[in-house]
Amino acid sequence: MGKILMKGNEAIGEAAIRAGCTNYFAYPITPQSEVAEYLARRLPEVGGVFLQGESEVAVSYMIFGASACGERVFTTSSSPGISLMSEGISYIAAAQCPAVFVNIMRGGPGLGGILPSQGDYFQATKGGGHGDYRLLVLAPASVQEAAEMVMQAFSLAEKYRNPVMILGDGLIGQMMEPVAFPEHLATPPVNKDDWATNGMANRGSQRPNLVKTLYLDPEQLNAHNLTLRAKYQRMRQEEVRFEPYNTEVDYQVLIVSFGTMSRVCRTAIDNLKAQGREVAMIRPQTLFPYPEAAVREAAAKASCRVVLSVEMNMGQMVEDVERSVRGQRPVEWFGKCGGEVPTPEEVMEAVRGLLAR
Amino acid sequence: MQSEVMFAGFGGQGILLIAKVLAHAAMEAGFEVVWIPSYGPEMRGGTAYCMVVISDRPIGSPIIRNPGHLVAMNRPSLEKFAPVVKPGGVVLINSSLIPVRSGRSDVDECLVPANDLAMEVGNVRAANIVALAAFVSRSRILDYDLVREAVREEFAAKAKLIPLNMEAMERGRQAALAT
Repeated sequence: MGKILMKGNEAIGEAAIRAGCTNYFAYPITPQSEVAEYLARRLPEVGGVFLQGESEVAVSYMIFGASACGERVFTTSSSPGISLMSEGISYIAAAQCPAVFVNIMRGGPGLGGILPSQGDYFQATKGGGHGDYRLLVLAPASVQEAAEMVMQAFSLAEKYRNPVMILGDGLIGQMMEPVAFPEHLATPPVNKDDWATNGMANRGSQRPNLVKTLYLDPEQLNAHNLTLRAKYQRMRQEEVRFEPYNTEVDYQVLIVSFGTMSRVCRTAIDNLKAQGREVAMIRPQTLFPYPEAAVREAAAKASCRVVLSVEMNMGQMVEDVERSVRGQRPVEWFGKCGGEVPTPEEVMEAVRGLLAR
Repeated sequence: MQSEVMFAGFGGQGILLIAKVLAHAAMEAGFEVVWIPSYGPEMRGGTAYCMVVISDRPIGSPIIRNPGHLVAMNRPSLEKFAPVVKPGGVVLINSSLIPVRSGRSDVDECLVPANDLAMEVGNVRAANIVALAAFVSRSRILDYDLVREAVREEFAAKAKLIPLNMEAMERGRQAALAT
């Protein structure tokens, strides 16, 4: 199949349609408004629905409602919008409803700016909303990978009955790259009759289904949380994804970086190699579950002196890198945020600085 | 082998469009390609710039400090980006609107009066196409005919504009090869 030159935001919208999701509720915000613009035009062509909510809070509950009824549903937003949705995301996770959230991150905190950032790593992987829940978090590094991850996200969300988040940054949304939509990634929706409020008559049942998040009995609440925890443990066993780069050589520095930032690091690694310095990289493709074992094993290589987490933020993922490395090697951070994407030259300078110590 | 082209000018000059046409043609030629817009809080009449990266292997960093080439459609763009172009690159200057030069002796400076040539073929809005054709002819970054096909495809939905744009391309090509 031929590739199409598309903006990341448009590819994300098209990927959802190709994955069989025709319910999209959203509220516009830069730098991801093209998703809504694209789907407002495209969804009516395929019999789908785009509804613009009156706010992101409203959108999150529209997602909750559609998912509780057994529909495939997704939304896209950017950092401040995701903050507003976080209450709903906590409820959706608690109610074990599948849904897909795309965060095309911009600089924060607060209104911050509109340029690329990775400042929502903590929000995506450690909570955002209240309570003990986790999102399965996928981090694309290209338009192609964003499209594929969106397509896969719907079946992952249904597999775990849990919200899945695609964590991209402004550049992933704004840049154009050739993209194809692999048909094999489009899976049919699973049967949700055992839990969804999809109509007793529709499913031929005498038993009403109840979607809820309130458990006043502490024993029941504890049991509910243990059920959720077991799912997150299963994600840790089955869904970890990462991409190693230049790990087969004897490297002195291990970089850990995701998304757009990892591409900058890849160029820095190539340039350093040309200068006779070997640096490797682990690129997490899932941020939760985190590729702890891969980072730990790569850091433990005898030639490796130091581990460097490179992020478009003030140092968030570095805490997961430290947790993974478990003190075997020193762990450092390098980054910038709010649109100041570090250049390959700056990453090379940071690496040289570490090697000079 | 990787080359990068910075397209820059006023918002409304069709900067993003010609960058997209070049990226599209490169994709059709089998190259890896990335099109990266500037998307700051800008408005019509403000500055617009866009980078196209073309490579024969997967493209790493989309952030590039020193582009291989520059197509400058207005003076602020030339002043901002000419100093960072890699030595040996093409610096295309829209001399209809830019009364100065790049001040570089280590680049291939190419002066094309894109607005004037576009007006001669009937519409000043085709100045971007004039500049694109001039740049491609001068840099030989891609096969010229392939880029012409990409322009044709870009205007497929507005077919009545195709002859004018083909004429604009031809004027751009001649101007680039004459200087």
